[in-house]
Amino acid sequence: MAEVPTQYGIILAAILFSLGVAGILLRRNIFFVLLFVEVMLNAAGLAFVVAGARWGQADGQVMFIFVLATAAAEVAIGLGLLLRLHHQFKTLNVDEASDLRG
Amino acid sequence: MIVVFYIASGVAILSTFLVILQSNAVHALLYAILSLLSVAIVFFSLGAPLVAALEVIVYAGAIMVLFVFVVMVLNLGPGAEGQERVWLQPRTWTGPVILTLVLIGELIYIFLARPGLALGGPAIGPQEVSLALYGPYLLGVELASILLLAGLVGAYHLGREPSD
Repeated sequence: MAEVPTQYGIILAAILFSLGVAGILLRRNIFFVLLFVEVMLNAAGLAFVVAGARWGQADGQVMFIFVLATAAAEVAIGLGLLLRLHHQFKTLNVDEASDLRG
Repeated sequence: MIVVFYIASGVAILSTFLVILQSNAVHALLYAILSLLSVAIVFFSLGAPLVAALEVIVYAGAIMVLFVFVVMVLNLGPGAEGQERVWLQPRTWTGPVILTLVLIGELIYIFLARPGLALGGPAIGPQEVSLALYGPYLLGVELASILLLAGLVGAYHLGREPSD
């Protein structure tokens, strides 16, 4: 069976999470920001599953299922906000929405 | 299995990196789907088949399809791609890239500094996960259902036509 060292799995999760952080920081399009939030949530779930596999317990996978439910709820709200932003400001630039009642 | 893990990890990192570089939304989505599928293979090689299937069905199948629908609804013209290129100037991305490289370096150093045990043992099948999910984690399942209901109501509220 697999002989993957635990820290390699965690490192993969860390790299994917950091790529998501970089994507959020350097993109101004709200569509890409939501996409990278998904990447970061996925990386966090990967860390849970790796930790669960490390101890041979099912809890990591249970936590991944909760992360999945959170991601589904978050993406529904986020895409709703994206459509409202596009409807109201005719752009996808997140900086346009930085003013309250703007 | 370890070769599968390394190849899938490489594909996941590379395709996530390419998502950052893409200026076309649909191309970026396709790379994101590739990244999620390779993470699913990583899950399978770690002995988590249920989660691998859920990753394909829910993440790549449902969430990414939602993104594709939004791209279709927005109907972004050819001008959007040029706008993305304008936003991706070197002075925009140098700062975040340097900070992220520092973060990755630190994380890799921390995880490599101490020896870890090899992942292995038998795969944890759907039966054990389901028993844990509907046993000690039953309250979490209820909370997730309330969260999904709140997400549904919120998405309906946001997607409604403004009445004013």
